[in-house]
Order: sequence, then C-alpha cells, then structure tokens
Amino acid sequence: MRYLPLSDADRSAMLDTIGVAHVDELFRDVPEEARLDGPIRDLPLHASELQVERHLSALARKNVPAGEVPFFLGCGAYKHHVPASVDHLIQRGEFLTAYTPYQPEIAQGTLQVLFEFQSQVARLMGCEVANASMYDGSTACWEAIGMARRISRKAKTLISSGLHPHYVSVCKTMAKFTGDTLETAAPELSPTTDLDDLAARIDGETSAVVVQYPDILGRVADLQPLADAAHAKGALLIVVVTEPVALGLLKSPGEMGADIVVGEGQSIGVGLNFGGPYVGLFACREKHIRQMPGRIAGETIDADGKRGFVLTLSTREQHIRREKATSNICTNSGLCALAFSIHMTLLGEKGLRQLAELNHARARVAADKLAAIPGVRLVNDLFFNEFTLELPVEARPAVHRMVERGVLGGVSLGRLYPDEASLSNGLVVAVTETATDEDIDALAKALTEAVK
Amino acid sequence: MTINQSGWKPTTPVAGATDTGTVTGNRALMLEEALIFEIGDTQTTGVDIAPADKSTGGIASLLRSDPIGLPGLSEPETVRHYTRLSRQNYAIDLGLFPLGSCTMKHNPRLNEKMARLPGFADIHPLAPRETVQGALELINELAFWLIDLTGMHGVAMSPKAGAHGELCGILCIRAALEARGDARSVVLVPESAHGTNPATAAFAGYKVENIPATPEGRVDLEALKARLGPDVAAVMITNPNTCGLFEPDMKAISDAVHAAGGFVYCDGANFNAIVGKVRPGDLGVDAMHINLHKTFSTPHGGGGPGSGPVVLSEALSPFAPLPYTARTADGVVHLIEEEQADAFAEEHFGGKLQSFGRMTAFHGQMGMFTRALSYILSHGADGLKQVAEDAVLNANYILRSLEDVLDAPFAHSGPCMHEALFSDKGFADGVSTLDLAKALIDEGFHPMTMYFPLVVHGAMLVEPTETESKAALDQFIMALRSVAERCKEGDESLKSAPHHAPRRRLDETLAARKPVVAWKEPVPAAAEAPTPSEVGDR
Repeated sequence: MRYLPLSDADRSAMLDTIGVAHVDELFRDVPEEARLDGPIRDLPLHASELQVERHLSALARKNVPAGEVPFFLGCGAYKHHVPASVDHLIQRGEFLTAYTPYQPEIAQGTLQVLFEFQSQVARLMGCEVANASMYDGSTACWEAIGMARRISRKAKTLISSGLHPHYVSVCKTMAKFTGDTLETAAPELSPTTDLDDLAARIDGETSAVVVQYPDILGRVADLQPLADAAHAKGALLIVVVTEPVALGLLKSPGEMGADIVVGEGQSIGVGLNFGGPYVGLFACREKHIRQMPGRIAGETIDADGKRGFVLTLSTREQHIRREKATSNICTNSGLCALAFSIHMTLLGEKGLRQLAELNHARARVAADKLAAIPGVRLVNDLFFNEFTLELPVEARPAVHRMVERGVLGGVSLGRLYPDEASLSNGLVVAVTETATDEDIDALAKALTEAVK
Repeated sequence: MTINQSGWKPTTPVAGATDTGTVTGNRALMLEEALIFEIGDTQTTGVDIAPADKSTGGIASLLRSDPIGLPGLSEPETVRHYTRLSRQNYAIDLGLFPLGSCTMKHNPRLNEKMARLPGFADIHPLAPRETVQGALELINELAFWLIDLTGMHGVAMSPKAGAHGELCGILCIRAALEARGDARSVVLVPESAHGTNPATAAFAGYKVENIPATPEGRVDLEALKARLGPDVAAVMITNPNTCGLFEPDMKAISDAVHAAGGFVYCDGANFNAIVGKVRPGDLGVDAMHINLHKTFSTPHGGGGPGSGPVVLSEALSPFAPLPYTARTADGVVHLIEEEQADAFAEEHFGGKLQSFGRMTAFHGQMGMFTRALSYILSHGADGLKQVAEDAVLNANYILRSLEDVLDAPFAHSGPCMHEALFSDKGFADGVSTLDLAKALIDEGFHPMTMYFPLVVHGAMLVEPTETESKAALDQFIMALRSVAERCKEGDESLKSAPHHAPRRRLDETLAARKPVVAWKEPVPAAAEAPTPSEVGDR
C-alpha cells in the first residue's frame, strides 16, 4: 500500500516494543461482536494510481466542463479565468498540508496571508474589518443575521426578495432552531427591486434587513436610502454579494451604509467545483468586531519586537466557550481564502477594475443581442454581468433544449423557484470575461431556436 | 486611497535587525516578507486583460468614484511573495504534525490531480443534470463507501465541515423528535468532548449537561443511565474518545439511550482509528459526521476547507438535509434533490418528505468528495483496515516509548487507540506544556495538541497517524524524550523557546487587547518613516 510506510519488519519490532504479539490486542477494548473479521466484503480492494485515475477520469468525462462550451450560468457561482500561478501556489505543500495556525511561530505564512486577505476583503466591501473567511456565502449570510441579533437584541429580520433562494433556505432552516423571525418573499419579474418596500416595512422590532447586491435577477440599486431607513429605526443593514467582481466597478456596500457585508468569494481564484469548496466573505464595522463570528488573524509583536500575526479574539470560538459560544463554527476556508488573496494580488486595483469593466461590457453586448430575439424581453436594464430575460415559453425546458445545441445558456428561475408559476418563464444569464463573441452568437442562436 | 503614502519599502534597513547581523533582517533561507500593502501599489497588475468598451449606460450613478486601495503585484513578484510566505509554515510535507484529534496524515497528490480534472473542477452547481451525470455518480459512489464503512443507512453529503456535520446530525435528531411530537430539552455531552459538541447542541436549542468520566478516562455508564429520562434528546459521544480510548460500553450506552427514547450522536473525528475494523452502525449510533479532511486525507489547507458528511441510521435518514443519498431495498444508492424528493420519500419512506431543510447553498464540498474517493479507492477495503491498524500501532509505539519520561494518565488501563495522551505531571515548577511545545518547535516538529482534553492537567495529545515511518517516529520520540527531561529539570531556556523559528513567542494578549485585523496606512512620523517593527506599536 503506497501510502503506508511501515514494513512488516517495522510492525513486528514495534509490537515487541509495545509488548503485544498481534495488532489486534491493541483493539481489545472493542467488543468481540463489534469487530469485523476481515476487510468489508462487498467493497473492492486497493488499487494502483493508474487504476484510480482511469476510473475517476471516466466519471469526469461524463460531465460537460464549463470551459468547453458557450457557458452562461451564474446565480451564485461564476465562471472566471483564474491565472495559472494561483493554482500553482496553493498547491505548495507548506500551504496545502498545513493546519489551523495553533502555533503561530511556525505558521506565519498562513497567518500573514489571512491578515492580507482580511485587509483586501474589508477594502473591497467598503468596511473596516473582515474575518478570515467562512464556509461559503450562504452560511456567512446566516451568521450575519445571528450577529445582527446579538447587536440589536431583536429577532425579526426582513429579507429582500432578491436574495438567492438557496441562501434564504439556509437561513430559514437555521431560524427554525433559534427563534429568529424571517420575513421573505419571492421576486417579481420586474426591473424594480423591493428596496423601497423593505424600507417602509422596517419597524422598532426589526433587527436587520438583508439585501443582495447585485440581486438574484442581476438588478442593482442604490442602497443608501435603505441604510438610512434601517439606521433610523435601530436596525442593521446586511448586504450579500455573490459576485465580488462587481465591486471593481460598483460602489461598495460599505460606502452606501451597510453595517455587515457578506458574500461568496468563489469568483476570485476559486473556480466552480460543482458548488464547493467555496469561500465565505464576512466584513463589518470595526465597532462590531467582537461580535464577528469565525476566525480572525491579528497583528502583534514577538519577544524580539518583530511584527507577527496570530489568531485573535478567539474567546468567540467554540473551543473556548463551549455551550456559551456564539456559533459552532470551528474552521474557515483557508485554502480558498489563499486562492482569493493571490488572485486579488495579481489583479490589484487596476486589474480588478479592468476585469469588472470587461465583464460589464460583455454582458451588455449579450443583453442587447438576446433582447432582440422575437418574444424575449430583457427584465432589468440595470445590471453588472448578469441579467434576467422573460421568455415567451417556460425557461426550464428551454435550458434543456439549449443543452441539446451544445450551449449552457443560463439558469431557469423555474429550477430556483419550483413553486412560483409567475417566474417560470424567467432565465438568468451571466456573462463574464470568458464569453467570446462566438459564444454569445451561439447563445443567441440556441435561444432563438429554444423559444420557438 | 493610495497605498503606503509613508513610502516605507523593504529596501531600507530593518530596525532592530542587528540581532540577525543582516541589514535586511533575512537569515539565509529564512527570508522576511513585507505585506502586499507595503510592496504593491494600485497601478501594478499581474494580469493582462483585454480592453473593454467603457460605456456604462444606466449604472453610471452606481459607479465607484473613490479608490479601493487594493495593491497589485506583477506575476514574478506575486509568486515570490507567496513562496516566501509559504516557507514560514510548518506542514505535513516537512515533517511529523502530531496534533491529537486532527489526523494530520499525508495528502496523496493523486487526489489533487483528480480533483482538478475539468470534468469535476469546472462544472457549475446549477448545471442541467444531463451535463453533470458523472459528478452525481461520484457523489453516489462516495456515499456508498461511507454508508458501507460505517454500517449505516443514509448519508447527508452537504455539510461543509465537521462542526457543520455535527449541527446537521443534531438537527436531524431534533426533527425526528418533533415529528413524533416529543419535545425533549437536554443533550448529554461528556466532559472530554470537543468544544464544538456543546456549542452545536446549544445552537440547536438544547440545554447541555455533562456526563462524568471514570478514572479510566471513559464515559461513566452508570451515571449516564441514572441521568437518562424523557427529557434527554440525545447523547453526543466521541468514540474513540478524546483521551484516545475506545468506549467499550458503546453498545450498552446506545441501548440505554434508545430505551429511554433518545438518539446517539457520535463525533466521528477519530474514525481513523477504527475505519475498516468497526462499524459505528453496529454499535447503535444514529448519526455520525465523518471529517473527510481527517480520515480520508483531504488537505487541511491552513484551516479549511473541510467536509463533514453525516451518516444516518434508518430512523434519521428521512430527516436529512437536501440534497442527500439513501440506499433502497434493491441495494442501489440514490442522490435525492428537491425535485424528486417527495416522490422518492413516498416510494421508499412510505410518507411525505421530512427533510429539515438546506444547510448550504449547493451540494457540499465536491472538490473534497473527489479527493476522498480517490483516497478510498487507492486503499480499498483492505488498505483502510491497514490504515486503522497502523495508526493505532504508531500511537501505542509512542505511548510505550515515552511513558517512562512523561506521565500517561490512562496508560495503565491498556492500549490507546490512534492517539497517546500525556500530562504535565512531574514538570519542574514554572515549566508548562506550552514550554514543552515551543521547545519541540526548535527540534523541527509541530507540537501536539495542547491543553485538550480538559480532563487532564496540561494535556498533550499526540496523534502520529499511519503515514509516519518508524524512523520518523523514532526521531520524534528521541526529541520528545530530550525535551521532557528538560521540563523535569526546569531548564530555564525553555521559557524563551522557540529560538530558531521565523518568530519568537508572539504576544497574543496585545493582539486581543488592541485588535489590528486589517492593514492601515501607517501615519508617517515627522522625522522618519516607520519600520515594520514599529508598526506593532501603533
């Protein structure tokens, strides 16, 4: 077995040192009747690298990679080009095979990366501080609601109809167990967001308002009036960003008055990975730092006075506070945070702005072309790189008809909202820098055929 | 906002660098590295992006007008920055990483290669199902292994980490109890449990009560039985437990809990010790999370991403979060998503779907599933059994090779499982477990888990894993013996260890008292630009 260094001679010598004749004597605490007498029978035996590779490659070939077809899916996960050096660097053993930095003297690499990541995320979101990452955007969103409850001491949260429905589901699942009240609704196929309506509904019982920017249909709107309305009633504004590239072009939620900004960082450096692992982003105002969940790296000095970094404010962490902890989260998404940070360093401010401009320009080209298809209506003219079309037919089957033409043409709202008949003709189309003119033409052609 | 207006650059001598005898602060291969905010600027980029049409139409009013303050570096500078930083990390690739309860084993590179196949890495979670059949098959195949290795009925694949899996299991239990109209309020947790266990139970709305341990470091069965009653929803047990011992009464515990109408949650953090040897399902466990990043070797990545699928008994399977997998009577394992869930439940559970909901936006940690399956197929049923045996053998070898110099509180009660537990008993006054750990750093090892479990004073929990050679263990034993002797003698130099790491002991109190968690523009002093060593004094 290639991963096991002990030889039979080693094993014998070690058993002698321990003073037992057979390894099974070390398992003597396991009751006889619970012990398996040999390898589990209906499972295969060990395999060579070649055999494993052959088997898994065959499975991989049954999927259609995004890079091989005209590809326009978004809704919380986006296809972007990741520079080659990102994946090379995250595979360095010192990053890949290190663990939680419990011993900071020999984990300065990880800790400095996290400190740099936090600084990048805070600036991108327009906030003062950020944590070292969460599992993903949806779990970060729920943690933000919990944090707002701890700050406001109120338990009613208004959730915008533009929040990703899976994020809403995650929050609803958790709220069942915590006693939070969540007010939610499905979106309408309209260019107008529900921000004004939300602002009007805030009352003295409201802990927080949650909005997505750009929202699930790709709509963008000024958040400042909603922030002002929330603050006037003692509520917090939580903003969710599932496409961080947008913040290279658009005003950050922080500068529009958001108190907590969370999001999904997958767009930068991470890749699609069929939904995970991703990287949750979490930023907030400095005054709330001690209520922020998850890990945080902080700056300090060592015994020689040299600058160094440690995990800090860990009294929030479950491992200290046990049943009094504010969250049971134990880990972060360190390696994905590293990928995010490397990609962001390569981009820099200039590259991020250029990337954002390119995304918007490509999406504009596609939107104009698709809106010209007979019977197809562009729902929102204000968008970053993702917009919604209303088709003359149900979008779900249309998506499958486009697959038959070799095009992954978007996400149908029927898949995201199976119970909302009014949304069944909606198709959300994401267009990134990876879409060529030929790809956009192929999409237009496939969609034209699919809606006939 | 511009970056680094003060103008400090690593091109100026480092104040206080004289202790290294170099103006740069570098020590040969030990290279200092400034922050990206100190070496980059907002006009540098390491990517070439095609020019774009800049007309922004309707969104003009929402455009950023102020600078963001994100530094960029060219590609060569970027590669150097992160490569230099990487060298300040200890890692499994460098040596033994014996953190108890963390199972820091070798990460096979085949797994990395497989996870990067475009057919797995470059597919979208909402892709039409006909374009991702291979991915669903892979999840099914891994699920089949996890169910078979644990002797359970179903598995929830979506939890993103161990603690997330714990939460999933406890929420399944809560949903099952609610479905039968049984409001129970208490979860029992042993004193030696991972801190996440009580945190999880409390989050799910339960009152947490401790179960005492016997002097042998195991659950006190009689005390547990005495506490069981109609208010106890579940018992959360870690088996093998955090003292590195198997709970021999596990079946009796499960039977007692079931008889009292409760459920048994098992924390699977230590599954590596028994994989292929014992099936938790045979011991009466109802739910157990499996840390793919421990037992099945998906890399820890400096702290995540993890992956924590939860295997479930027949009683709990219907309540699992979506999407989930379950084996039907014909032996086939199915992946069930929202759309088929009701029909499937009707057919196989004889009723409506009772899933408690969704735990994460998508299906879970696909990248980890691929790595874990690659690892499992490589070992096969025979190899996994050997994994458990070698892991336990290595831990016992360490225990017996050191019990004459370090106090091993439970060594008298027999063999340990996959990890050896020591205490600080016998150390000279003023010498602590922390001092021993810092001295081990100088010897070229990552220290073991310290001060956990809480039931042992100055605990040191050593988990070598099966991927260490005898030579590596012997060197570690030699180093630990030497350090332990120094701790007993009260060697003064221990207090200032480590001496040879990239940094000496770091001031954690300062970090918490005056948190600096994001880079801020240093305020330039009138006379001279600040140096990195002054930055900490801000």
